Amino acid sequence: MALPLGATTTTTAADSVRRRSWLRWALARLGGVVFVLWAVATVTFFAIRLIPGDPAEAILGGPGSQASEEALAQARKDYGLDLPLGIQYLHYLGRLVTGDLGTSYSLRSPVTTVIGQNLGPTLLLALSSLAIAVVLALMLALWSSRSGRAAAAVGSVLEIIASAVPHFWLAIALILLFSTGLGWLPPVSVPGPAGLVLPALTLAIPLAGFLGQVMRESLLDALASPFVLAARARGESESGVFWRHALRHAAIPAIGLAGWAFGSLISGAVVVETIFARPGLGRSLLSAVQDRDVPLVLGVVLVVAVGYMLVTTLTDLADRLVDPRLRSRS
Amino acid sequence: MRRPSVVVSLAIVLFIVIAAIAPNLLAPGDPLAIHPGDSFLPPSLGHPFGTDESGRDVYTRIIHGAGASVLIGITATAIGLGLAIVFGLLAGLGPRWLDFGTTRFLEVLFAFPGLLFALLFIVIYGPGVLTSTIAVGLATAPGYGRIIRSRVLVVRRAPYLEASLVLGRGRFFRVTRHLLPNVAGSLFVLATLGIGQSIVWASSLSYLGLGAVPPAAEWGAMLSAGRTYISSFWWLTFFPGLFIVLTAAATTLLGRGLQERVRS
Amino acid sequence: MTSLLTVQNLSVGFGPLTAVSDVSFDIPAGACVAIVGESGSGKSVTARTILGLAGRDATVSGSIGFDDTDLTHSSPRRLRALRGRDIGFVSQGALVALDPLRTVGHEIADSLRVHTKLSPRQRQERVIELLESVGMPEPMLRASQRPDQLSGGLRQRAVIASAIALNPRLLIADEPTTALDATVTAGILDLLATLRERGTAILLISHDLAVVSRLASHIVVMRAGVVVESGSTQQVLREPRHPYTRELIAAVPGGLPHTGSPAGEPVVTATGVTKRFGSRVAVDEVSYELRRGRTLGVVGESGSGKTTLARLTLALERPDAGSIELFGEPWTAVPERDRTARRPRIGAIYQDALSSFDPRLTVRQILADALGPAAELGRRVTEAELVSLVERVGLNANVLPRHPRVLSGGQQQRVAIARAIAPRPDVIVCDEPVSNLDVSVQAQVLALLDGLQREFGLSYLFITHDLGVVRQVSDELLVMKDGVVVERGETEAVFAEPRHPFTRALLAAVPKLRR
Repeated sequence: MALPLGATTTTTAADSVRRRSWLRWALARLGGVVFVLWAVATVTFFAIRLIPGDPAEAILGGPGSQASEEALAQARKDYGLDLPLGIQYLHYLGRLVTGDLGTSYSLRSPVTTVIGQNLGPTLLLALSSLAIAVVLALMLALWSSRSGRAAAAVGSVLEIIASAVPHFWLAIALILLFSTGLGWLPPVSVPGPAGLVLPALTLAIPLAGFLGQVMRESLLDALASPFVLAARARGESESGVFWRHALRHAAIPAIGLAGWAFGSLISGAVVVETIFARPGLGRSLLSAVQDRDVPLVLGVVLVVAVGYMLVTTLTDLADRLVDPRLRSRS
Repeated sequence: MRRPSVVVSLAIVLFIVIAAIAPNLLAPGDPLAIHPGDSFLPPSLGHPFGTDESGRDVYTRIIHGAGASVLIGITATAIGLGLAIVFGLLAGLGPRWLDFGTTRFLEVLFAFPGLLFALLFIVIYGPGVLTSTIAVGLATAPGYGRIIRSRVLVVRRAPYLEASLVLGRGRFFRVTRHLLPNVAGSLFVLATLGIGQSIVWASSLSYLGLGAVPPAAEWGAMLSAGRTYISSFWWLTFFPGLFIVLTAAATTLLGRGLQERVRS
Repeated sequence: MTSLLTVQNLSVGFGPLTAVSDVSFDIPAGACVAIVGESGSGKSVTARTILGLAGRDATVSGSIGFDDTDLTHSSPRRLRALRGRDIGFVSQGALVALDPLRTVGHEIADSLRVHTKLSPRQRQERVIELLESVGMPEPMLRASQRPDQLSGGLRQRAVIASAIALNPRLLIADEPTTALDATVTAGILDLLATLRERGTAILLISHDLAVVSRLASHIVVMRAGVVVESGSTQQVLREPRHPYTRELIAAVPGGLPHTGSPAGEPVVTATGVTKRFGSRVAVDEVSYELRRGRTLGVVGESGSGKTTLARLTLALERPDAGSIELFGEPWTAVPERDRTARRPRIGAIYQDALSSFDPRLTVRQILADALGPAAELGRRVTEAELVSLVERVGLNANVLPRHPRVLSGGQQQRVAIARAIAPRPDVIVCDEPVSNLDVSVQAQVLALLDGLQREFGLSYLFITHDLGVVRQVSDELLVMKDGVVVERGETEAVFAEPRHPFTRALLAAVPKLRR
């Protein structure tokens, strides 16, 4: 509802206060993100130094890598391992700020290149899984709100089981069912949508279980609340009640989980991409761990941390959009 | 409050516990005995879950492996909860700067999706049962820590704590008689939920080849060994996985059931 | 006179529980009928059932006739068409009857959207009209605000606006003035009276006889799901027939003035106490003197600072200026460790007794803990002591092994009182101790507090918003507004000749029981 001119004096004062608090919030958020990134970078810096043995060896593939003496010397020079710790740290931070994440020894190319090549497919997988999960959770919520107590209990149990199933087992079960059994879908990821279905489903189902559980509680609370009773007393239909009132309330905690969901999808991608032989960040990460390729692992972890920070900031913004009560606070 | 799901979960958990403590009651055979001639047999009456590449009965191995797997789950949960309790109490009870510092620290750890943090730990210290167990414990600690911290903060502000102060009770009494018991209640639920989760994570790491190693009859190790044979001999991975799922689902259902009971 | 609503032999059950049993009454067009009862009487269930909103697991029998439609046998579509258009509903807990995520304007426009074909612009105009008609100040601004940006009274007006949007012939109002301050209540009652004069029939549900007597021409008294008495307001209030009705009328506080004991030495002295929270001044230079054996009442509306004053008295907050002395010695000016030894001498009881108990403990454990510090070191609390303690507050010893949450509200408050008197205090700070209780239980608890005061020579600092209650319990009183004491004096003197304009407004606003 638009405010008419008559109310200007009250609103300009309130407006500038609100703008200032938005600014403060944005700055605080930015500060928090920078702090976390710095902390992650510092932890990873010391992580290499803490490895038992020669850090140069660790960078080149671990104690058993049999790297040559020249390679070790080169690594020591590149990473400045001979210099005092303080200078190393500053160099490290400096390189990070310019975007240099080092070189992956196992793939013999810069870490940033490797990540760049693999980020796309993984993002595609993550986003499609998220979409499927949200749709599944919504459908389950809708069905729950209309059916009786017994059906709701069944739904709740299904959600809990779904959220407890490990990705690798679900992948195997789905492959057995849809591929070996019914023959509808390929067991290994092929380019194109057909190859995306099973991997996305594997990631989506446990996530839907979690989202469903979280939404269910607030949905039931909302449906039993006085304002829904008031809406019904005004003649609102059941579907009107669901879409106009209850859903918004149910969405709030679900949005709050978005950051965690992002993390869970990336972790899941490690397993899923491996099982379905799908190219992506997860599969590269796993090979890197198996090859003791420390720079690549660290690089991926840093990038994921950045992504996580981005997602949580977006989530906070979305939260304010959906729940206007948060706008005037802060 | 005997809902069917709770009863079934209890039964499953009981079964697993018996398998862990006294496996011979449920599977009299020898999990390590090799019968080369019987390798890769599909599930049948004689071998309900089939045999593996060395002809060992999968069912027997699963039952005998329960103990190791459960122990890993319990250890990882203990590590995670132990750390979480320390951080959660420090953050909740201490002065404000301590809360601020620990919460930011927890947020940093929480910035890594759990599995990645575990992978980071493993890439530094190498794969194996011990490192993967510790890794899982460390990775789950921040999540628990947050929950414990917020619980401590809620209880700290509760009216009954203030009522105790009004009666003239000292700080020590209030903390030990009221605060700790009310926080500890949620710990039990967390532990129950946590054990299932930890078993899942540890076995996921094993599946990726970073955890337990064959020929140990531990569920994760069996997964790791069966990885290469998925398409042809699916039962090698399916059944250990099934038991992992059952354990996780049962403990989660139990944990949620407990949570509801505590709430009402 | 034609009946607009006829309820005949209505029974509502939820599984094995019968909430309403064989209830009959009717509402003539344009009249106001009230259903009076305490919690558990079934009055709210009756109201919801009329609209078909009793809930999915309700079994309904009997008949409800609206005009010539039988509501109990109507299709869901027919009922939905009636709701909001012919029958308006103001639900209990109206302060939360507005969706916190939507603007007030949208909530009010909903009935227009559902039942009419007006365009969004036309709906907006109608919403402003409605808000003006219910006396909402700055209607255009308010329509674009969310419920949490409005005060309680304004929210209630918005709720009423949404219920009368389509000029329904019948308005069902369930506890429309509960939890509202006295001055705000007066405004809402005026509004409802205006609606009635314009021809809207009202079904008023309330536990408050004074509110009911102001608006209703007929009263139906319900108890435990059954109608125990019904008739015209005059008849029921002047010549009640059923003993329960008589009990309800007698329990209304304020009937008899307090008979206090002569004043003793001062036990609590507050001098110029001030407390600020950020930029807001909660308590502003308040002074008082509480003497032994007397009750000092503190009365005011929400936000007046009375609860903060109670907390300062208990030294749960430190004053920013001024100080309080307990038995002549500094109380707020010293660190906590110097207070610990004296704390058992000043106790407290609260509005919500249940939340002041550790949820894990039984009554026995709660009371044993309370007896602890007062007992000599090394001596254990005996069962006999516990039994005598609960019996002194009117409870049976069989509550000892139980958890407070399974007890009734009145029993919970008695346990709280037992806990408060266990260490044999001299002063008890009572913060709205009977506000959550039913009227009949209220009377019993107040009688208990009175008896204990006589027996032990206790002094009470009694905080309440209810003028009737404060008149009944206090020897002297303080009237607070916005953190300041605007009037003080002996209770009867203040009631007879209030000097401050606010006190006068407060006394005038309180709905009085008209007989």
